[in-house]
Amino acid sequence: MTGAIRSPGGRGVWAWLTTVDHKRIGLLYGVTAGVFFLVGGLEALLIRFQLAQPNGNVLSAEAYNQLFTMHGLTMVFLVVMPVAASFTNYFLPILVGARDVAFPRLNAFSYWLFLFAGLMVYSSFIVGGAPDGAWVGYAPLSTQITETVRMDFWAVGLNLLGVASIASSANFIATVFTMRAPGMTMLRMPVFAWMALVVAFLLIFSLPAVSIGLFQLLLDRNLGTLFYEAAAGADPLLWQHLFWVFGHPEVYVLVLPAMGIVSEILPVFSRKPLFGYPFVVFSGVAIGFIGFGVWSHHMFTSGMGPLAEVGFGVSTMIIAVPTGVKIFNWIGTIWGGRIRLATPMLFSLAFIAMFVIGGLSGVTHAVVPADTQQHDSYYVVAHFHYVLFGGAVFGYVAGVYYWFPKWTGRLLDETIGKWHFWLMLIGFNLTFAPMHILGLNGMPRRTYQYGAGLGWDTWNLVATVGAVVIFVSFVVFAWNIIRTHFLARGTLAGDDPWDGRTLEWTISSPPPVHNFDVVPVVHSLDDFWHRKYAEDEEGRPVAMPALIGADGDDHEPGADAIHMPSPSYYPALASFGLVVVGYGLVYLSWGWIATGIGLAITLWGFFGWSLEPITKEH
Amino acid sequence: MSVDTAALPADHGAGHHDVHPVRKAAMWVFLGSECIFFGSMIATFLLYRNTTADGPTAREVFNVPFTSASSFVLLMSSLTMVLAHNAFERRDARQLRVWLTATAMLGATFLAGQIFEFTEFVHEGMTLRVSPFGSAFYMLTSFHGGHVAVGVMLLTAMLILSLSGRLYADRGLNVELVGLYWHFVDIVWIVIFTVVYLLQV
Repeated sequence: MTGAIRSPGGRGVWAWLTTVDHKRIGLLYGVTAGVFFLVGGLEALLIRFQLAQPNGNVLSAEAYNQLFTMHGLTMVFLVVMPVAASFTNYFLPILVGARDVAFPRLNAFSYWLFLFAGLMVYSSFIVGGAPDGAWVGYAPLSTQITETVRMDFWAVGLNLLGVASIASSANFIATVFTMRAPGMTMLRMPVFAWMALVVAFLLIFSLPAVSIGLFQLLLDRNLGTLFYEAAAGADPLLWQHLFWVFGHPEVYVLVLPAMGIVSEILPVFSRKPLFGYPFVVFSGVAIGFIGFGVWSHHMFTSGMGPLAEVGFGVSTMIIAVPTGVKIFNWIGTIWGGRIRLATPMLFSLAFIAMFVIGGLSGVTHAVVPADTQQHDSYYVVAHFHYVLFGGAVFGYVAGVYYWFPKWTGRLLDETIGKWHFWLMLIGFNLTFAPMHILGLNGMPRRTYQYGAGLGWDTWNLVATVGAVVIFVSFVVFAWNIIRTHFLARGTLAGDDPWDGRTLEWTISSPPPVHNFDVVPVVHSLDDFWHRKYAEDEEGRPVAMPALIGADGDDHEPGADAIHMPSPSYYPALASFGLVVVGYGLVYLSWGWIATGIGLAITLWGFFGWSLEPITKEH
Repeated sequence: MSVDTAALPADHGAGHHDVHPVRKAAMWVFLGSECIFFGSMIATFLLYRNTTADGPTAREVFNVPFTSASSFVLLMSSLTMVLAHNAFERRDARQLRVWLTATAMLGATFLAGQIFEFTEFVHEGMTLRVSPFGSAFYMLTSFHGGHVAVGVMLLTAMLILSLSGRLYADRGLNVELVGLYWHFVDIVWIVIFTVVYLLQV
């Protein structure tokens, strides 16, 4: 196995720019998302400072509109989705026993397109103002003010991000279906791999709908088409349908990977197998299917008529069932286990608790008359932050604490981790719990000022204090990462610091370029655990010292000629060309030249990529 | 022409030796995504099929015999695509080039017909900006035309590669994948022709 695992590909920045290694791309996704998280978090802080007191004047109305739009867009598309992509990139191949994803260069293309598109959207701040029509961009508001390019940046940027997501989803699906290790049947796959698969399908089938809507908006704004022009008889409600038929599956895109991560962590820290593995898997699949049938619950006040409202109300209540199944399975997993309250476990437990609160307030939205009262109030803001922050973000932070030793070889500090945890949990609840009350007392969303004497003053101040606490908690988190990794003061982890159950813990930390010296042969769910432990009569694990770390003798020989794909700059080039096309589309009336140049660059990238040998001669 | 996969390094870096299922799986997934892409545009068209505002209606502008002829041309290109793929499998370079050329020409003929048709419609007063019906019609048919154009480009690229002896079965660009894409674009046209033209007149 010595020698030519991967042909040399330069050093430093060039090595990262041309990398096709799923682990490096995963880290790039994670770090980039971390930077966008800081930006999106600062935007949220500014919003909270504005709302801390009645008649706040920290921000102008115009700036406020831009900030809440960019906060939503950033957190959804530039933070949570790429963080999920980061975990999936890094661990999906390892968890199913593969040496890389199915299409390493396509994977690089997805990352670079995500990065460039994110930067492109943010460049709008410099060239005349950021998008300001909310992340949902409802027509006809978004199609009307065509003198500014703000919503054009939003429409084009989201479309480019969508292309990146579709490419990476096709990649992950092909990886799961064709590259699992011998013996890794679908029902032996870790839950995280399953959830990544469901998410990939959700994206594949939901993104094209919003993509069409975004094109229609762009054409309405720039070429004078009439898709959302009510005066010509068009129906602006079409936009809401096209958006939410994507937007609701998107919610599950954001949270299912976090559920997968928690489903990995709970068994490890309870030293018990996941309770009802098939139920957790299939309820995830069920969420994926039903997730396409609930979108109009975002539109109960748009006048769809009672039949549609009842139908979508009922389907929304139904989708709570598989979610509830998962929660009971997680509790069943912990029940009677030997629980270690390490930081990943704390965040996972908080995930369950916070997600239950968000899930329950979600069910109240399914009740149409109640939702009519709650619509566009802070109650909704409270609900989706409990699901997406209390749910998704807690889950991903749990994942960072859990897998950090695999990435860097060092464990994050437990004491600092616990400070982070408690600050974040308290700050989160201080910020978002009062919003339930504010919303039920009638405080509207997306409004930059509110008058004094409406009874909203105290809770708004509490929420702002909470937001500062959240910010402090992430400063603690950043310090933990810097201290552990960059100052190298973290404890060395070894291969298997948590006594894990899945394949990533069988390899070194950080893993070698090719992941597995010998492709593993899988015999059961939680294969690594069963290689380490037998069970006594009462089902308690009994260590099998002789087999720890042993490869076993059942591998097929001859895996010694490992050729990893060579680095390539074409993916970055092709994605750069697409973003040039994007700028051309934003300035459509005179941007044809940029569009043409961008297309030429993209084609150059794609053809160069198609024609270069995958593994260069050494 | 070298299409001999056995002579090429089969390993694409992940311990798998047969590359085709991987690529085909991804292509099928991509085509599934395209179904929703076109489905959304067809839904928009159906919503606006009678929303003609001040512009002409479908019955006033559509020339079904002409579009039937160009649809026939496009469907025939699926036949020639099958023949091209068959020649590729038999490693028959001459036949492959003949059928690739035929497929690309038929595709280009369809596009020419579409451009002619659009010009006629505009002369009769149906533009992008005259009605939601016009907007939806042009978006749907021109996005489909864009897909045909990409297909023609891919076919031409493969022809050039074949002539320069660089068409390999294991590269990103290969006859089987382009064939899948091409057939999909044809099938979508059958739906569009039925829904947009036949059902509206």
